Amino acid sequence: MIEKDGVAPLEMVAKEFPSDPDILYKPKAIIECYKEIPCNPCETSCPFDAITIGEDINKRPHIDFDKCTGCAVCVYNCPGLAITVRQINDEGALLKIPYEFLPLPQKGDSVNVINREGRVIGQGVVKRVQNTMRQDHTPLIHVETRKEHIMDAMTIEVIA
Amino acid sequence: MKQCESIIIGGGPAGLRAAKALLESGARVCLIDRNASMGGQLIKQTHMFFGSEKQHASTRGISIQHKLLSDVMRYGSRIEILSETHVVGVYQDKVIACMKDDRFFKMRGEAIIIATGASEKHLPFENNDLPGVYAAGAVQTLMNEYGIKPGHKVLMVGSGNIGLIVSYQLMQAGVEVVALAEAASQISGYHVHASKIKRHGVDILTNTSIKRALGETEVTGAELWKLDESWQGIEGSEWTIDLDTICISVGLAPLSELFQQVGANVEYVRELGGNVPVIDNTYQTTIDGVYACGDAIGIEEASSAMVEGEMTGIYAAHAMAKAHPNESTRLKALEEELAFLRSGPHAEKIRVGYKKRGEVS
Repeated sequence: MIEKDGVAPLEMVAKEFPSDPDILYKPKAIIECYKEIPCNPCETSCPFDAITIGEDINKRPHIDFDKCTGCAVCVYNCPGLAITVRQINDEGALLKIPYEFLPLPQKGDSVNVINREGRVIGQGVVKRVQNTMRQDHTPLIHVETRKEHIMDAMTIEVIA
Repeated sequence: MKQCESIIIGGGPAGLRAAKALLESGARVCLIDRNASMGGQLIKQTHMFFGSEKQHASTRGISIQHKLLSDVMRYGSRIEILSETHVVGVYQDKVIACMKDDRFFKMRGEAIIIATGASEKHLPFENNDLPGVYAAGAVQTLMNEYGIKPGHKVLMVGSGNIGLIVSYQLMQAGVEVVALAEAASQISGYHVHASKIKRHGVDILTNTSIKRALGETEVTGAELWKLDESWQGIEGSEWTIDLDTICISVGLAPLSELFQQVGANVEYVRELGGNVPVIDNTYQTTIDGVYACGDAIGIEEASSAMVEGEMTGIYAAHAMAKAHPNESTRLKALEEELAFLRSGPHAEKIRVGYKKRGEVS
């Protein structure tokens, strides 16, 4: 339960996904900001006006999946690291994950895929490590994993 | 004796924004801090801030410090910064007494703003004075300001935002956080911060507290126990964890010594963290010309401290007949910012605290 251990149950997570699963054939930001807190950088950073919070910055963000391009600008602007970009294709699931630990993985590395409880649920391959000045020390790891992990994958672990 | 138009005690987010407002109003400012660098706690805050763009949301604390400091430094000779200077006395004739490099001196100002922030609370438990028991903010200073790893295996006690954020920063520094214990039945900080550490393997234990620290000359472990609904330890529920560091994050208390010393009225408001000065709606204490803002008047987020600081600077300038160029529009906008920052469910305690203070004073 999120109030007790910080883990959002998958039923809760599912509500943040597009209702039509085919929408995820294009990359989309999945926002896991379940509680009202005074914060709106996701809204102000989105280049496509896809995220709305409104004048009262305590409100939860709402995303318009028609406008979202999966560019991930909100992912590295979110102070709570609560946003990931997710996409499915014929081979598997592709995620863009904010990752603020060293060492960073390298392109081509195999990594462990971790769920919201901190458990290893499978393996993934790093497709790209995006770490520009604009991201201000919040690198994005583009990782490909099995399609079944599209919802429960949350972060990665570098294999020593 | 040295004369200053306005003196600000404390160069954190509130003090820096108060300085900026006074400088914009044409006043001269002397900004005093006991630390080597201005910025207060911002200098060790490597995480991104919440809030809106107006409070530098999504920017890391350390970058906000650079911004706030350069905002005041561009006023050149009108701003004087006294670092590593301890204010040891404030008097009703607006004279302050300072210590710097073992030298004692006095200054007089037309307005004095006390923005001294807060100190960390401790928790009573057996062996809580063993080396290896730290306050969470102290650990953050060691790691992020001085580059010193505080230990290898850490227990964090307290799930407020500081406990959650410092746990995450310990992990970034390569330190293992073995568990986070919270006495209440729910996590008290933002859930997004809790999720960040949980997904990287930290167990968050609610209804749990530390019973005692283990070790003879330094911490070698901790004995934890479960708490019942009335926060009493349950006999027989104890278990031990091997570790070398215990980090206490159980809240902050306003640093109110200078208010008491100058003779300003101070009252105890639990929801605001402890003893806080009575202030009027211009942030003036019961002593004429002595103002207060930031965590020193009630524990909140740094975003609120910045807003309060600017308002206090504007009011103090007004009282010295140096009106801020956009006085009324800025004050209105800042009031609105504060209202939004204090309107969410996480600000319930703050709202209760301010209501109480209104009734008392």
